[in-house]
Amino acid sequence: MKLLRELGDNLRSFVVTVGAVSLFFGRVLGQIPRAMLRPRFVIEQIFNAGALSLVIIMTCGLFVGMVLGLQGYDLLQRFGSEDALGTGAALALIKELGPVVTALLFAGRAGTALASEIGLMRATDQLAAMEMMAVDPIRRVVAPRFIGGVIAMPLLTVIFVSIGIFGVQLIGVQQLGVDAAAFWSQMRSSVGVDDVMEGVIKGCVFGVACSLVAVYEGYTAVPTAEGVGRATTRTVVTSAVLTLILDYMLTALML
Amino acid sequence: MIQPFSENVLSSRQQTQWIVELRDVHYSIGNREIFSGLTLTIPRGRITAIMGPSGTGKTTLLRLITGQIKPDSGQVLFDGIDVSNLSLRELYALRLRMGMLFQNGALLTDMTVFENVAFPLREHTKLPHSLIRHIVLTKLQAVGLRGAAQLMPAELSGGMARRVALARAMATDPDVLIYDEPFTGLDPISMGMIVRLVRQMNNALGITSIVVSHDVEELAALADMSFILAGGKVAAQGTFNELKGHDSQIVHQFMNGLADGPVAFHYPAPEYFEQLLA
Ligand SMILES: Nc1ncnc2c1ncn2[C@@H]1O[C@H](COP(=O)(O)OP(=O)(O)OP(=O)(O)O)[C@@H](O)[C@H]1O
Ligand SMILES: [Mg+2]
Repeated sequence: MKLLRELGDNLRSFVVTVGAVSLFFGRVLGQIPRAMLRPRFVIEQIFNAGALSLVIIMTCGLFVGMVLGLQGYDLLQRFGSEDALGTGAALALIKELGPVVTALLFAGRAGTALASEIGLMRATDQLAAMEMMAVDPIRRVVAPRFIGGVIAMPLLTVIFVSIGIFGVQLIGVQQLGVDAAAFWSQMRSSVGVDDVMEGVIKGCVFGVACSLVAVYEGYTAVPTAEGVGRATTRTVVTSAVLTLILDYMLTALML
Repeated sequence: MIQPFSENVLSSRQQTQWIVELRDVHYSIGNREIFSGLTLTIPRGRITAIMGPSGTGKTTLLRLITGQIKPDSGQVLFDGIDVSNLSLRELYALRLRMGMLFQNGALLTDMTVFENVAFPLREHTKLPHSLIRHIVLTKLQAVGLRGAAQLMPAELSGGMARRVALARAMATDPDVLIYDEPFTGLDPISMGMIVRLVRQMNNALGITSIVVSHDVEELAALADMSFILAGGKVAAQGTFNELKGHDSQIVHQFMNGLADGPVAFHYPAPEYFEQLLA
């Protein structure tokens, strides 16, 4: 009985949260056209979100690619089809690992930075001060950061995938001796436009999800040091869970 | 100078002598009742002081006046307009006529002092750069911080930040300036300077000022009219001399800084002795 009530409470608070996020999302979307009128701020934020995550995206891309090279080679040589390494690794990177790992890293680096920045602005009355100056913080602060994240994510995914494939090639071709011509030609012939589209769509959806979570958590943070800290933690956790759930749903839809 | 909206909320009506009227306002946070039937009127073109012990809701009162929060019941009128019935757009239009100084300055931390003061101008006007520069430097000069224009807010002391915030609040030449504790943490020189500045703006430009403060001494020299809030209501109102001679105990206690009196120093709590034994 107690369990049931707890379940009910959780369900209710979940529904309330989803409602609040949707409302907030609507407000942000509504302000995007006006925010776009001042592209300088948006470009600044794309740069911010992108530059923040670029180094870790590149490092992780390289290592994920190299691991994929080792594991893929080990797997494929059991069937005597090492030449398929290029195709297999490219598909794995483009369709799954690229978007998902990029989103997780993005949430951990740029997402937390966004959430704590906006949360701190809330805690130090900066958002209230803007409202008092008749400036809508959703338009001036939240929307540019949201768009910045949404645009940066797919770009970061592309970078991650490119460096990942370079990493696979580094291990597979340079070190383990897979035939370079076969590696590239097989990859080119069997990776189709729809595979790339799947990756791009995932990157965009994760970008929207992770950016929205970050700005929402920051904007609604309890205005204390502790509240901002909690908002930052929640950003990572929620983004990660949401990314993986969305990944399953998108994969099921597009396969 | 600023004409971004066409609503008539913008134009000063000059109908009544009251710029702000609160009528029987009730407001609670959670179970705690902050205001229980607060009624007060703030005269146009004057300097009005709001005093009261810490935690009585002075900041909350300012948030009500500026429409940041809505009363549970009762009316809050700004220049005859009911603040709680406005759409967000109308509220923003109305706020262009108010300048507010936050208790901690609330400067935007990712911009220089100069950009902070220029912020409202850049957001609401299409003035050329040279003119914005001119206005910003004039305002900074008025608070004695023209030399600090290129510093970041993190490089300022608390008092300096407050003065920059004042320059920013003045940037758009509002009709009403609202100060939340402008004097705390200021040295006597800057304090005197701010007092003079508030007076000057009032005399020269007819700006209405609403000043929240505990500083009985400073306010004595400054305010035309004073309110003392206590227990969710106005405990006393009048000119300073009237308050000095006021016979109620609360006023006497507050004006003379006595620990004993009807205003409890303690936040409401269970019996001390019982809690220690429990
Ligand atoms: N967000 C909040 N949640 C709960 N209680 C609050 C909140 N904000 C204010 N309060 C309560 O409302 C009361 C009035 O707060 P307010 O900030 O208006 O006081 P104040 O008169 O400005 O005090 P001070 O002179 O110390 O600035 C306080 O007792 C405080 O405990
Ligand atoms: Mg206060």
